[in-house]
Amino acid sequence: MTTNALRRQGSKGQAGDKIFSGAALGAGILILITLFAVAIFLLIQALPTFSANPALITGGEGFVSYIFPIVIGTVIAAGIALLIATPVGIAVALFISHYAPRKLAAGLGYVIDLLAAIPSVIYGAWGYLVLAPALVPAYQWLAENLGFIPIFAGPASQTGKTILTAGIVLAVMVLPIITSLSREIFLQTPKLHEEAALALGATRWEMINMSVLPFARPGIVSAVMLGLGRALGETMAVALVLSTGGLIPSLIKSGNQTIAAEIALNFPEAFGLRLSELIAAGLVLFVITLAVNLIARAIIARHKEFSGAN
Amino acid sequence: MKLNRIGSAAAVLTVAALALTACGSDSPTASAGTGASATGATSGAVSGTLTGSGASSQKSAMEAWKAGFEAANAGTMVQYSPDGSGAGRKAFLAGGAQFAGSDAYLKDAEIEASKQVCGPEGAFNVPAYVSPIAVAFNLPGVESLNLDAPTIAKIFKLEITKWNDPAIAAGNPGVTLPDTAITVVHRNDESGTTENFVDYLAAAAKDVWTYDVSGDWPKELASENAKGTSGVVATTTGTEGAITYADHSAVGKLGTVNVKVGSDYTKISSEAAAKAVEAATPVAGRGTLDMSLDLKRDSTEAGTYPIILVSYHVFCSTYKDQSTVDLVKAFGEYVLSDAGQKEAATSAGNAPLSAKMSEAATKSVESIKVGS
Repeated sequence: MTTNALRRQGSKGQAGDKIFSGAALGAGILILITLFAVAIFLLIQALPTFSANPALITGGEGFVSYIFPIVIGTVIAAGIALLIATPVGIAVALFISHYAPRKLAAGLGYVIDLLAAIPSVIYGAWGYLVLAPALVPAYQWLAENLGFIPIFAGPASQTGKTILTAGIVLAVMVLPIITSLSREIFLQTPKLHEEAALALGATRWEMINMSVLPFARPGIVSAVMLGLGRALGETMAVALVLSTGGLIPSLIKSGNQTIAAEIALNFPEAFGLRLSELIAAGLVLFVITLAVNLIARAIIARHKEFSGAN
Repeated sequence: MKLNRIGSAAAVLTVAALALTACGSDSPTASAGTGASATGATSGAVSGTLTGSGASSQKSAMEAWKAGFEAANAGTMVQYSPDGSGAGRKAFLAGGAQFAGSDAYLKDAEIEASKQVCGPEGAFNVPAYVSPIAVAFNLPGVESLNLDAPTIAKIFKLEITKWNDPAIAAGNPGVTLPDTAITVVHRNDESGTTENFVDYLAAAAKDVWTYDVSGDWPKELASENAKGTSGVVATTTGTEGAITYADHSAVGKLGTVNVKVGSDYTKISSEAAAKAVEAATPVAGRGTLDMSLDLKRDSTEAGTYPIILVSYHVFCSTYKDQSTVDLVKAFGEYVLSDAGQKEAATSAGNAPLSAKMSEAATKSVESIKVGS
């Protein structure tokens, strides 16, 4: 009978179900264990730094005054990157999903995805060989005309290897992440919402503003947060592009440093306490990234209820 | 989604490639201490795997040595991980490497510690790699400049800020110096090149250069910087009026500084660098085998080029078994031999050791023997 057949099928499927749920559970546990193991490793290796004599820490004034400038530098670089990449990324995604002709959209989407596959050392090399020298005249203009604003205080760097250049390179690197994710979200906007808006006489922009963007908001936030994660942790590109130095407000002078680049630059020759300092810096970056992700989760969770994305 | 898949496939490939390369550089330490697989006690024929670790400055020279040595001695393998001098010395002292490459010789305390793995006579250093460090600048039309140590120190200390400064002009009659600002470019990663360069400044211009000597550029001096030798050279090449210091073999078309030694200016060259090594004095209070050198940075002997990097090989004076001893000796002697030094000079562009120096170093290596 039909019920029998169903039950038999059900019992057959139960084994597969169990295996699958077991595998999924295993994967979930594995990622937690990995995260936990990384945290433990960082903590153990970093411990000597916290108990060491503050005079022995690089800079001679303890770990906090060592780490503070590079935390701020990291935030500045990532901030510049997001400031540039977020509007551009969303605009490109909207263009692909709602404006471009189908053929062009396919090609453009492919190119954007390709950007994500370029190794960061290539971005770094491009940044310091091509972009930085090209930006020197712009920086000089900024220093001359807008020098009264602290972030553009001169004299401008002669090499163009500044935190602003690093931020721009980072922006190019996070652009594909923000664009790809946003595009996927925009494409998932219920067609009915869009058509309803258009039927009410909305222009295309109004339709996007009324139906697509509100629907996509949590998705955009998580795309930006993912991009921020990459910008915060990016090592090689910043290490190559940035002319490092102490914390300064000017974005067009050489100076500032990010945690990831600080680790990359000093790790190869570090040992003993210096090594543990660098790992402690890594721990700080880990905590920052974790905090950023938690905040993003909270934002997404709050917006979900209003948008209908669930 | 379809579009995304292509992108993610590419990303997966990239990650896989990265993972593979990572494995490549990891393996050397895995087989540490597997040097004892000699098939017979026949002298001369060596085989097995020699594991070393240390200075990245020796990397390209080491590749040449490895290739030359393995070609001459079938059945041998040399593995060297360029993890940095400090890491190399640490691995050596912990018994994880049979020799270390280091930009600084073992300190007394480290020699003491080495007795744990090397037996009662401890470890010793021999110079193996000498590289002149050029002070290189980018001024179109100017190929070389004569500068004395205090002037170089003042430039890098940002006290002299224009190329047409009287202090620079004084040693260079006939050279048209532009009114360009000087942009100092230094290494932003910790490096033996930095350490040797500032050591020179601190010794030869002690009134001007009052900073600590270390592999990190003094934090007080905020100027342009870049990662690695290639980074500083590229940045200097791209910036008119920039000046930096880098391995001589890497400076390309940049102008170089002739350094004032005594009353003359010495042009940078392998010969002048080798001469400076020869003029160095052995560090006092060391064992008979040890060849650690105190470089006379403030030497006044004409024809020597004082800004050099000397990188050492650190060996144990005794190893546990004959096959390891044979292997270490064969490799150490090859490195110091005329052929080995020339091989390295061809591929790394460094300065070969002088005949006298390599003879003395070879004697030290020859005395490595079996011990408990």
